[in-house]
Amino acid sequence: MSKFLPAPRLSLFLLGFWLLIQNNITPGLIVVGSILAIAIPLFTSRGSDFHVRVARPWKAVEYCFVVLLDIVKSNFSIAAIILSPRRSIYPAWVEYPLAIEGELPITILASTISLTPGTISIEFSHDGRTLLIHSLNVKDAEAMIATIQHRYENRLKVIFQC
Amino acid sequence: MLDTLPFWLELTICFFIVLGACFALIGSIGLLRLPDFMTRLHAPTKNTTMGVGGVILGSLIYFGATTGFNIHELLIAIFLFLTAPISAHLLAKAGMHRQLKLTENTRDLRKKPEQFSDEQS
Repeated sequence: MSKFLPAPRLSLFLLGFWLLIQNNITPGLIVVGSILAIAIPLFTSRGSDFHVRVARPWKAVEYCFVVLLDIVKSNFSIAAIILSPRRSIYPAWVEYPLAIEGELPITILASTISLTPGTISIEFSHDGRTLLIHSLNVKDAEAMIATIQHRYENRLKVIFQC
Repeated sequence: MLDTLPFWLELTICFFIVLGACFALIGSIGLLRLPDFMTRLHAPTKNTTMGVGGVILGSLIYFGATTGFNIHELLIAIFLFLTAPISAHLLAKAGMHRQLKLTENTRDLRKKPEQFSDEQS
């Protein structure tokens, strides 16, 4: 079983995804989808399922909405910066000290940073305890770090209990 | 299954499509106007994502009203939100390691720059 299905949850996800893309459910499609769902993990996975424990699923849903709202807000702020003629901007490299652990939570945090107001996560330090952020327009780096901590990192900490 | 859409629905669809188009345009203008590589990265990761998101939302409402609900567009949006930060991250990382020239008023607030250097410590 485990030899042919190294990642059962991934297989299930792929099958569901295939059917959603086809927008149709027929026996033929289910057969093709099952073949893909079994074959793709065999060639891509390293033999283990991704170990994730979501401790607070509802908090995760809340997190999605917070991030979505911030993406919309960030769009307007960036648009204002782009369209205002000759406004000087203050770009900066900022170190962000990580308090959370684990591959997935840090990946989510880094992606969130990239999608939200004026910041892009660039690099992960060698010791794995800091993220390097490029910020488009920041006057007070401490305040920006505090905002990220308050809005995203603390929520992720609750969601993944890490 | 409607042949002609009510006016308010047409208005909503138009609003989202025009909003999306505006943001895509602003993102492209940003790509042109911002001073250096790193700041230019900010425009497409955010505004173009939002631009495509707006167009997709408009299309979702239109096809939802005319031919029945369709999940394709939603999948496109999800993929976009998953992949935009990754491509931005890779470009930014490459730009940093190539040590591209930045605008003069960029401040380096790194306390331990050696943690991000190419040489393994």
